[in-house]
Amino acid sequence: MKKKMNIQWITMLAILIFIFLGTAPFYMSMFRIGLLGKYICFAIVAVGLDMIWGYTGILSLGHGVYFGLGAYCMAMYLKLEASQGALPDFMVWSGLSELPLIWKPFANPIFAMLMIIVVPVVLAVIIGYLTFLNRIKGVYFSILSQALAMILAVLLVGSQGFTGGSNGLTNFTTIFGKSLSSPMTKLVLFYVALLVLILIFILCKFLVNQRIGKIFIAIRDGENRVRFAGYNPAKYKVFVYALSAAIAGIAGAIYVAQVGIISPSEVGITPSVEMIIWVAVGGKGTLVGPILGALGVNAMKTIASESFPELWSYVIGILFVVVILWLPGGLVSLKELPAKWKKKFKKQDEEGQIC
Amino acid sequence: METLITQLFNGISVSSILLLAALGLAITFGLMGIINMAHGEFIMIGAYTTYVVQNLFRAYLPDKIFGLYSIAALILSFLVAALFGLVLEKLIVRRLYGKAADSLLVTWGVSLILQQLARSIFGAPNVAVDAPAFLENSLKLGTINLPYKRLFILIIAIGALILVYILMYHTRYGRNIRAVMQNRDMAAGLGVNTKRVDALTFSMGCGLAGLAGCTLTWIGSIGPTLGTNYIVDTFMCVVVGGAGSIVGTVFGAAFIGIGGTAFEFISNASIGKVLIFACVIILLQFRPKGIFAVKGRELED
Repeated sequence: MKKKMNIQWITMLAILIFIFLGTAPFYMSMFRIGLLGKYICFAIVAVGLDMIWGYTGILSLGHGVYFGLGAYCMAMYLKLEASQGALPDFMVWSGLSELPLIWKPFANPIFAMLMIIVVPVVLAVIIGYLTFLNRIKGVYFSILSQALAMILAVLLVGSQGFTGGSNGLTNFTTIFGKSLSSPMTKLVLFYVALLVLILIFILCKFLVNQRIGKIFIAIRDGENRVRFAGYNPAKYKVFVYALSAAIAGIAGAIYVAQVGIISPSEVGITPSVEMIIWVAVGGKGTLVGPILGALGVNAMKTIASESFPELWSYVIGILFVVVILWLPGGLVSLKELPAKWKKKFKKQDEEGQIC
Repeated sequence: METLITQLFNGISVSSILLLAALGLAITFGLMGIINMAHGEFIMIGAYTTYVVQNLFRAYLPDKIFGLYSIAALILSFLVAALFGLVLEKLIVRRLYGKAADSLLVTWGVSLILQQLARSIFGAPNVAVDAPAFLENSLKLGTINLPYKRLFILIIAIGALILVYILMYHTRYGRNIRAVMQNRDMAAGLGVNTKRVDALTFSMGCGLAGLAGCTLTWIGSIGPTLGTNYIVDTFMCVVVGGAGSIVGTVFGAAFIGIGGTAFEFISNASIGKVLIFACVIILLQFRPKGIFAVKGRELED
């Protein structure tokens, strides 16, 4: 009975957040809406990360890779649309005379939209199979995934002519023929982001309540027992890893359309680990917590960087330490804190009596 | 032939730096199960200690003995990094034994704080350390030049390796460390002060990172983010070699160092990174816990 109450409370919180986001354009400036749209993209990634970390117990430190792949696929399409048949500007600067072969199909929006999901999923399945099938797990996987993030960043910077190097891809003008700078397009993109967030939230909520969700949790709590019960945990892990990669890819694509730039600095190790703290701050294993965490941490980041840029590194560093050590359940678990304290005091009282 | 030897020497040189950094990690990660993401920042602490020692020597001591700063810096960089490590262990890390993933995230936070601290104290731009005069030239073998700096680093790395080996396998203290790491409760039951062993081992691991930082100052400039350039490669060394095995760490450092340089030579820097990563994944297919990992019969880690 108590558990049911808890679930209802969490769903209520999710609905409240969605209502807040949905009505935001009515009382916020266009600039703030742009920021909020960016945070929503991060919230989408956080929900995907919660599926693999919070539910399945795989700590991936390389989700910037999938976010980046989705974003770059979208950016390639936008860049080609902006240069209208001519060679994109940065290719001219780096001495290319012809559009590279891998760029050509991205002129087609439908192909680009497909690739936003296909590219991250294919890479995730390959990496997932190679690691999970041979039982490379726990922190070993985390370290490998981190190396993956570093490598993609190095590759993107290294192949200047194909990716724009460390400047990344920017200077987009239109999306599907609509101007990116018009307020109407921005508003539409904001609501698209919100809609995607809600849909992905519902999909993940549905999955974790199914049998497959129970298996995810079982893998987290005792992988060998799952194996002995006749399941192949590797398959489930590859699936959930690919799912979260696809979610990150979609988020990256929406991010690029809203923010108008993607560069290797949003792909590498630091942003990838920062994604983990969104989930941890909000509360892993709850789905709504990560949304709260992504919105909250990024809002804090914006406020801190606007007024005290040096302070932010301290703030996020301390956040990592405090949340992981003393608040493993994240913000969402704060609600249960009074009950916990009550229990603790009660216990102390009893101990006192025994003495 | 000449290019081959030069490349090989470069590879060994990179390996020796990686080895110095990875030895500390092999102790904290392999033996204690702590994923110390701030390990790179201890490298940075060692490097800045060297910078400060150099400046002090230049300011207060005659020019003649300026070169001696390197010896003082080697010792001090170890001690300062070890002291920082001790404080970190007492404050934070001791709450994290047995929780590898948590330790990874917490120490990442610590690394951000330390980086910003360095930025506040020394400023964001890189600073340079002048190598002592006796390391300026290079050893000439026919037409091949082997810089003394890199040879010196190689000697330090081998020296550190031998010291760690003797400490771990031929002293009472080393036996205590291994006992605590294998079975904490049993060791405590036999009268080993496990908390003391934990603290000293962790600070030793950090001290070794400081030593690595000191040697890095002679081959490049140093900045607040010095550590992040090395952390991933260093972790890969330990993962490939097998956590907790000193032989494995040597193998891992040689593999990543020499292999990486070779791949970079035949392609370019970024493709080289991809190739070495692919090799690591392939190697781990056969031995998921590293090449020299101790085979145990436990099911759970």
